[in-house]
Amino acid sequence: MSSFALPLALPILARRTAFGNIVLNEVRLTWRRPVGLIGGIGIPVLLLVVFGELPSFQRHMASLGGLTTFDLYVPILVVFSLAMLALLGLPIPLASYRELGVLRRLSTTPVPPSWVLAAQGVVQLCVALTSLIVIFVAGVAAFGAPAPKNAGGLVLSVALAIAGLFPIGLMIAAMARTANGASVIGRLGFFPLMFFAGLWLPRAMMPGVLLDISNYTPLGAAVEAIQDSMLQGFPPAAPLLMLAGYAVVFGFLARRFFRWE
Amino acid sequence: MNGSGSAVEIAHLRKTYGPVTAVDDVSFSVAEGEIFGILGPNGAGKTTTVECAIGLRSPDSGTIRLLGLDPHGDRDEIHEVVGVQLQANALPAKLRVGEILDMYRSFYREPTDVSELIEVLGLGGKRADYYRSLSGGQRQRLSVALALIGRPKIAVLDEMTTGLDPQARRDAWELIEGVRARGVTILLVTHFMEEAERLCDRVALIDNGRIVALDAPASLATRARDGKGVRFRPSAPFDDRLLTELPEVTRVEHGGPDVIVTGTGELVNAVILTLAVAGVTAHDVQLDSSSLEDAFVKLTGRHLHKEGAMA
Repeated sequence: MSSFALPLALPILARRTAFGNIVLNEVRLTWRRPVGLIGGIGIPVLLLVVFGELPSFQRHMASLGGLTTFDLYVPILVVFSLAMLALLGLPIPLASYRELGVLRRLSTTPVPPSWVLAAQGVVQLCVALTSLIVIFVAGVAAFGAPAPKNAGGLVLSVALAIAGLFPIGLMIAAMARTANGASVIGRLGFFPLMFFAGLWLPRAMMPGVLLDISNYTPLGAAVEAIQDSMLQGFPPAAPLLMLAGYAVVFGFLARRFFRWE
Repeated sequence: MNGSGSAVEIAHLRKTYGPVTAVDDVSFSVAEGEIFGILGPNGAGKTTTVECAIGLRSPDSGTIRLLGLDPHGDRDEIHEVVGVQLQANALPAKLRVGEILDMYRSFYREPTDVSELIEVLGLGGKRADYYRSLSGGQRQRLSVALALIGRPKIAVLDEMTTGLDPQARRDAWELIEGVRARGVTILLVTHFMEEAERLCDRVALIDNGRIVALDAPASLATRARDGKGVRFRPSAPFDDRLLTELPEVTRVEHGGPDVIVTGTGELVNAVILTLAVAGVTAHDVQLDSSSLEDAFVKLTGRHLHKEGAMA
């Protein structure tokens, strides 16, 4: 019962506070312009189903230590979803609010414009978590991926991946003057970074040089940490520190360069 | 807050953008409950002055107090008591009017009754409409509604009626008079002479970042010339001396078939009566009263935007 009551009660509670009202409207905007939902949930889940149904992806390979290609793609699709939301879902609305003067208008009210940024973060985070749950549950239950070896490591890896990627999105919102600009920068970043995450060639199949580069990219590090938690155990320090480093550096840069008008 | 003192106190405000001085030593004060106009051509420094006043920009020097509060030091409190309407459209296209109003309402401690407010603004039937489907005039009125939603003590309205058709403009003026009747002080930025003359208790004329004159609109207009004028077409020729001998008349000019008489006091009565006694009827009598526009031209040597050119 209570699990049904909560989603019903949330909008009512939200209306009582300014932040709740901002989040509520951000949810409506996300729903009415579902670019983020399509990129963050729709496309990765569709790819998951397609890859799950491909016989060649479900063949156990000796060269992968008995794993299937599909098993390798589960963390890649998780990172695909996070990257979509961080590099496109988060910065485009923020840049458009600055372009329209929404943030400037808010700074003449008792509510600081940073609350819109926080509300966007909350909404994108919720979309990300929904997407990840669908990918993990469907990947394991429906398409036979192995259950995560180290749940704590997985949670930590996902948390650090979000912490490392979202500030990059904020930095894109800081650099772009318009929503279109943010969209261009986001896509220019997304595709090469997804290449190093292994979307076209999983890391296990990458030649040495590419793998070395991949280790230093945020999406490559995220895939490594998530994949290790799923298939081996607690992930090594290197990718976790790499993600933490991106969080610190881009967090600092975004804070330094973000403009409200 | 401070009784019947000043709602707005601005002293020696100065703001430069690189080599350009946007506002240069501007000082004025606005009494509580007053409608104070800031009038001038585009680029005169009106908006910069107002943006400094509400804390959107930091002045290079000078002091600003709104109800005794400093826009930078007392940011939170200022925004609770000062409602602002900015020039640019600033709302997401895919939110509904009601959703926008409910959100802005939640920002304030003691918000006004939204239904009543949008009824007065003629947006009552628009609550379920998306912002992007509103006309320019409706967006403008919504923007005014958001400025008033927190029951402000001071309302700052920047180019409130730009882009409105004449009827909507008159409706907006009535609304502003209604808001003032509730005791709200209004700082009105405009480049419409008619608007300033109709609404404002006092007007600051700004040109090139400086206040060139500050007075009631009528006083400014009278100051613009040495008196008033009357223009008419006489039924028969007459000797100019008939009129120039009158104490009220200072000058008689001819413009085609028309005669233009400038003077003071009960000028019109004196002219028409004198002509009637001489057997001359004055046709098509027009009062050539000087306006703020005249005042502005006289003080700056330049014209403001003509009303017609803005529509």
